[in-house]
Amino acid sequence: MSEFVIIYFALLVIASCGAAYYGQRPAFLTLFSLTLVSFVLGIVGGVSALQFVAIAAGLLAFAAGISYSFREFLVAITKGNLSKELKTAPLTAAFGMFVIFTYAIAGIFAPFIAPYGEAEVIAAAFAPADENMLLGADQLGRDMFSRLIYGARNTVGLALVATSAAFFMGATAGLLAATKGGWFDQFMGRFADVVMSIPSLIFALLMLSIFGPEIHVIIIAVAIIYAPRVFRLTRAVAGNVVVMDYIEAAKLRGEGTGYLIRREILPNATAPLVAEFGLEFCFVFLLVAGLSFLGLGIQPPTADWGSMVRENATLISFGVVTPLIPAAAIALLTVAVNFVVDWMLFRSSGLKE
Amino acid sequence: MSASNKQVLLEIKDLKIEGFTGEEWIPIIKGVDLTLHRGEVMGLIGESGAGKSTIGAAAMGFARDGTRISDGTIEFDGMELTTATEEDRRALRGARIAYVAQSAAASFNPAHKIIDQHTEAPLHYRIQKRLEAQEDAMELYERLRLPNPQEIGFRYPHQVSGGQLQRAMTAMAMACRPDLIIFDEPTTALDVTTQIEVLAAIRDIVDQFDTAAIYITHDLAVVAQMADTIKVLLKGEEVEEAPTKEMLDSPKEDYTKSLWAVRSLRREQKSRPQGATPVVSVQNVDAAYTGGVKVLDDVSFDIYEGMTVAVVGESGSGKSTTARCITGLLPPKKGQILFRGEPLPPSYLKRTKDQLRQAQMIYQMADTALNPKVRISEIIGRPAQFYSGLHGGALKQRVDELLDLIELEPSKFYDRFPPELSGGQKQRIGIARALAAEPTFIICDEVTSALDQLVAEGILKLLNRLQSELNLAYMFITHDLATVRSIADEVVVMQHGRVVEQGPKDEMFTPPHHPYTDLLLSSVPEMDPEWLTSLLEERGVDNVGEAANV
Repeated sequence: MSEFVIIYFALLVIASCGAAYYGQRPAFLTLFSLTLVSFVLGIVGGVSALQFVAIAAGLLAFAAGISYSFREFLVAITKGNLSKELKTAPLTAAFGMFVIFTYAIAGIFAPFIAPYGEAEVIAAAFAPADENMLLGADQLGRDMFSRLIYGARNTVGLALVATSAAFFMGATAGLLAATKGGWFDQFMGRFADVVMSIPSLIFALLMLSIFGPEIHVIIIAVAIIYAPRVFRLTRAVAGNVVVMDYIEAAKLRGEGTGYLIRREILPNATAPLVAEFGLEFCFVFLLVAGLSFLGLGIQPPTADWGSMVRENATLISFGVVTPLIPAAAIALLTVAVNFVVDWMLFRSSGLKE
Repeated sequence: MSASNKQVLLEIKDLKIEGFTGEEWIPIIKGVDLTLHRGEVMGLIGESGAGKSTIGAAAMGFARDGTRISDGTIEFDGMELTTATEEDRRALRGARIAYVAQSAAASFNPAHKIIDQHTEAPLHYRIQKRLEAQEDAMELYERLRLPNPQEIGFRYPHQVSGGQLQRAMTAMAMACRPDLIIFDEPTTALDVTTQIEVLAAIRDIVDQFDTAAIYITHDLAVVAQMADTIKVLLKGEEVEEAPTKEMLDSPKEDYTKSLWAVRSLRREQKSRPQGATPVVSVQNVDAAYTGGVKVLDDVSFDIYEGMTVAVVGESGSGKSTTARCITGLLPPKKGQILFRGEPLPPSYLKRTKDQLRQAQMIYQMADTALNPKVRISEIIGRPAQFYSGLHGGALKQRVDELLDLIELEPSKFYDRFPPELSGGQKQRIGIARALAAEPTFIICDEVTSALDQLVAEGILKLLNRLQSELNLAYMFITHDLATVRSIADEVVVMQHGRVVEQGPKDEMFTPPHHPYTDLLLSSVPEMDPEWLTSLLEERGVDNVGEAANV
């Protein structure tokens, strides 16, 4: 029996006893059942299985710790209502915010963080990791880590711009349709139906093959694909607001459409729209990554997570995880955004009451 | 109906209930005692937030979500409900304790027939077989004087009227012949003429089966007809309790006296100024909604400067539609609206800024009339900014002036949002927004009907004061004739989209009346506990339903 195993079980038993002594029922149950499961795991899988459990638990504890400190940090630097709201945020939301914050820093300060340029060839193809290269080199000998950092800027930036464009178009149209009503509403609604009836990936591929895989074509194509969904949500939310008496009061005052939308309707529609923005961002992000994987997205040598997965895919057959790292980066961001959106939806839906 | 010698059915002692605010538990009910004997009807009255419904629910051993019973005992027929298991308590509900909710329309499941919902409890408790239960339901429908008792149960809830639905719900509560029924404002949502039918039906059936009842309401006149004893509540505490007659004749506490006094607010009637043009003149207006159903038929009346015209009638009589025609939201099919002798364009879109400014509106539901995401300062300030072009310091000064005018302290309310305000305060903000436009004419659409009596009295006094200070003309839409007495100079009575009678207030309240006016006037509950009995005798007991449909 190795030292590791002894320490492992000792820690678990001490922690369980502590939890039981302080009356923390759920914590005690978790810890003690983990102890019992570990007996079986240790017998079946040996020391390595226990090490895996230990590492996983460590990572989880680390993530929880980071989330907790990050939330406390946010509470400390904000004031008033915002600070109060943040205090009630679940740890998952704090984790999501932390991840988004990290990505934002990586994207904004990419040239300062990345040790090499995104198109700079510095080693042999598929060179393994060494003290120069944290994650090794890709198929052309460029630094994988640097490209990952630049990828945050390119892929996330592109998705952000495309989502914003989709939101701008969809929300404007939705608000106008709800306020004006009548034939304009009907026309916009049917137009949105037409756009939605075209399969999104096929539409994107079509646009990109016709106009060529330029950045602005990608942005416009993606914005057109996602705008109708935003339109439908905005119109539904705004439709519930325009029937209120305060809108009637404003109309009878003689207010124009612009004032109605900006000052009366929009403040009441912000919460669901922000939540929808988070969700749509994930879809757009995946679509952009998917297009890149197919070779029609962001073009080489610009670093991009989707194409990085494709270019290094051959490495998987050799049992190297490098090509999965950009994929994991995509997954992590999607999960993080969803955590934050969940929290926002929870707040705006009034489920907490 | 002396109940004191009967057996005690429900005994609540020192009941304390707390509600969770998201951060801490705060007390809602602060130690209330209640003793109810078999066959006794107790009226619980108080303003909203007084804890009436919470006590009603607690009588079933039930605490709503977010509340908990923190202290005290609730003993129902020898069984302690606070310590009983959830199963034991559930076995009581529907079988021995029943509940009648405020809105029957919202409480019936629209997807099932009324009789299927009625027989659910007897079948569940295996008291009756399906056919027996249905027979029994029809008998109850007959006793409650529902039309076509054999057939009405097989309709869906939306196929019967509100008053009938409320009676069907009472029948449903009776299905298992419970010992105790809790009525939670069963007639609040109904018109006065419909209210009579429901009140009479409830009183009869409670008498016949010797059922005990807790009757929750904020309407004193209603409770006077129904209850043997009255308990007055204020902010979760009992103010006083006494037999109905005693309570009405000689209330002891100041709070109770003030509740009683609200109904006596009166105003001197003003007469029309000689030779003046009316501010607003509605002339032969016909109106219809899309689909062609005619809702207004040849409506004409005049409103003079500084005077209040009350428009009364049941729901569906076209009161609010008339207001929509005047504001221009619904252009009339025929006829016209004159403003100081000048015809107004039918649609509000065609009216000038000044024409829009002159006529303002105050809404029934202050909750939906004020944008919850806009600060008070902007809600009130916007009309001033929009019409008079005020901004900066002048605008702030104007908002402060207006807040002073509606008796709210400017520094406290300037930066707040509507959801942080109470119902009465919100309604005052609604008034201030109308005043900010410096209008000459204001439409008040049921402005007090969603408010408690004391708060409503405050609003009415404020409106009266503003009228004399600013020489405003009001069109006051209401279904409550007590309100008419306290604010109107002239009255317009509407039925089925027509004006059936109009004239000065004092004339309207003295006979002879149009038959419909007569029905409306006689249906308003009075504080006399014998009122309902004598009214029913007058109309002939057996046709309460028909009496209301004259």
